Amino acid sequence: MSAELALIGPILAAMLAAATPLLFAALGELVVEKSGVLNLGVEGMMLVGAVCGFAVAVQTGSSTAGFVAGAAAGAGMAALFGVLTLFLLANQVATGLALTLFGVGLSALIGQGFVGIPIADVPELYIPGLTDLPVIGKALFGQDALVYLALAAVPAVHWFLYATRKGLILRAVGENHAAAHALGYKVIRIRFLAVLFGGAMSGMGGAFLSLDYTPMWAEGISSGRGWIALALVVFATWKPGRVLLGAWLFGGVTIAQLHVQGLGIDIPSQLLSMLPYLATVIVLVVISRDVARIRLNAPASLGKVFHPDA
Amino acid sequence: MGKALMGLATGAAMLALGVGAADAQEKMKVGFVYVGPISDHGYSYQHDQGRLAVEKELGDKVTTTFVENVPEGADAERVIEQLASSGHKLIFTTSFGFMNPTLKVAQRHPDVKFEHATGYKRSANVATYSARFYEARTVIGQIAGKMTKSNIIGYIGSFPIPEVISGINAFTIAMREVNPKAEVRVVWVNSWYDPGKEAEAAKALIDQGADVISLHTDSPAAIQVAQERGLWVFGQSSDMTRFGPKAHLTAIVDDWREYYVNRVKAALDGSWKSQDTWGGFKDHMLFLAPYNPAIPADVVAAAEKTRTDIMEGKRHSFQGPVKDQSGKVVIAEGKQATDEQILKMDWYVEGVQGKVPK
Repeated sequence: MSAELALIGPILAAMLAAATPLLFAALGELVVEKSGVLNLGVEGMMLVGAVCGFAVAVQTGSSTAGFVAGAAAGAGMAALFGVLTLFLLANQVATGLALTLFGVGLSALIGQGFVGIPIADVPELYIPGLTDLPVIGKALFGQDALVYLALAAVPAVHWFLYATRKGLILRAVGENHAAAHALGYKVIRIRFLAVLFGGAMSGMGGAFLSLDYTPMWAEGISSGRGWIALALVVFATWKPGRVLLGAWLFGGVTIAQLHVQGLGIDIPSQLLSMLPYLATVIVLVVISRDVARIRLNAPASLGKVFHPDA
Repeated sequence: MGKALMGLATGAAMLALGVGAADAQEKMKVGFVYVGPISDHGYSYQHDQGRLAVEKELGDKVTTTFVENVPEGADAERVIEQLASSGHKLIFTTSFGFMNPTLKVAQRHPDVKFEHATGYKRSANVATYSARFYEARTVIGQIAGKMTKSNIIGYIGSFPIPEVISGINAFTIAMREVNPKAEVRVVWVNSWYDPGKEAEAAKALIDQGADVISLHTDSPAAIQVAQERGLWVFGQSSDMTRFGPKAHLTAIVDDWREYYVNRVKAALDGSWKSQDTWGGFKDHMLFLAPYNPAIPADVVAAAEKTRTDIMEGKRHSFQGPVKDQSGKVVIAEGKQATDEQILKMDWYVEGVQGKVPK
């Protein structure tokens, strides 16, 4: 096997890991949007999840506790968003952007005492024998537990949305909140729960970054991944399986560009650094051309304020 | 976007705190502006060590204020202006991107003295200073050449600017001197501080066969990766041993303490004037962190000899003949690179893979 071929396994493994925080955050946001709420605060929730997860892991010495704390912190941020937009009827777009700015500052404040502290890495789940498989062994069977959790969340979310009664109600609320309300469904409660779920997932994505991927706390550690997660939901036209594909694409481009440089292939590094974002824009442009398809898939009540008396 | 806004928020908060703490006595106020958090355990941390040295030595005559996480650009000017107009008489701005904001503010405050790190523009009340980081990279390059078994050395670069490129070249020249088979592979992350990307870059280089990693970025993320994978790594700006005690061979450590104390003293006694300082080992502006006990004694001895030779002027990091990648001799036999050549370096020496991004 040539040197370049031998790289396929490690690149696949790194790609899967790079896709994981995107997957957590985008799946959470997908459920939120399916319920008819647009929360642009993903980046902020990820950061707060990352710093709280890291702080708790350092204090308790348990990365599991840290991960749970990251999810809880993300949900806490989301609760704030939910109260403002669902109960106080604040504008969702403005509130979401404010949530990101707030999260950026809050995480920096909480994290002041934690910058540069090392923690032990999350143990990887080695499956004996299988990790020795050529090329794909390490990538498929030698990852951290959280990578598998994120992967498992894809069919779980799909199953919940399309095969359960609760999922059906959630989608109904997202499609036509007035009708759902008339049928007696608690629109606000259902949306609030969805927002909390989205926050918890974003928090987990953030905690994956600070506990597992790096593992350390640094200000702004998510470096725009929350925004990519938001784009991924649109990219995937609100379908969980396509979220997975999108996350792999973005993770793959990020990792591949570093390898291209290391191998000395003559492409400007700035261009390569730009590629994931360029891909986002191109994908958005391409799918935006198919307006009918977006209309078909985008929840009809997305971003609209619901007032029971309206 | 997020980083800039965050820096703005924390910067403004710190400024409010710092300026609020007025001092009853007539002590001279000295301000410091940092690009990162002081807890980065790298570049900004070392500048703050310099500030603390000033406090310790001259605390009865001066008070110090610092603002961390200041974004390079328009916000920096606001922060520097705040410091200047709130009675600070000497202000250190410690990142390259603060150069133009510093000069602008200095023009409006001729009675305030400014010191800008790593820049090249001066005026009557703006001095510049930097360290010859490449000197230390000669020493670690030599160690890398001896420690590698795969003969592939990974190098994580921030931005393709002369300071970083001259570091890569100094490293490579010394490495090839002890190990002509070794080569350097460079990955640019286009950031000074992005731990996630630095870790990814380290992993990519290791996957490509590198067994020694050198970095010119500010976070210890790559140190942790090297520790986990059981390979060698050099720390940057600070002693980063605690992030990977087994992997950390040594580190280039910036040391601003003596310089800061001297310059504050000069400002106090009236002898301060605008000048350019570019100090190396002999000026105590940089040193090396303790060597990893795993480095063989003869390698340590050779490294120490290189260090003292540079210190005493017996050795230069760019001693001719130095060839570029095409094999052309750029620095002739018997000659040394001039400071100007080093400050404008935009080409790789033989032994570096890939091309300099343009």
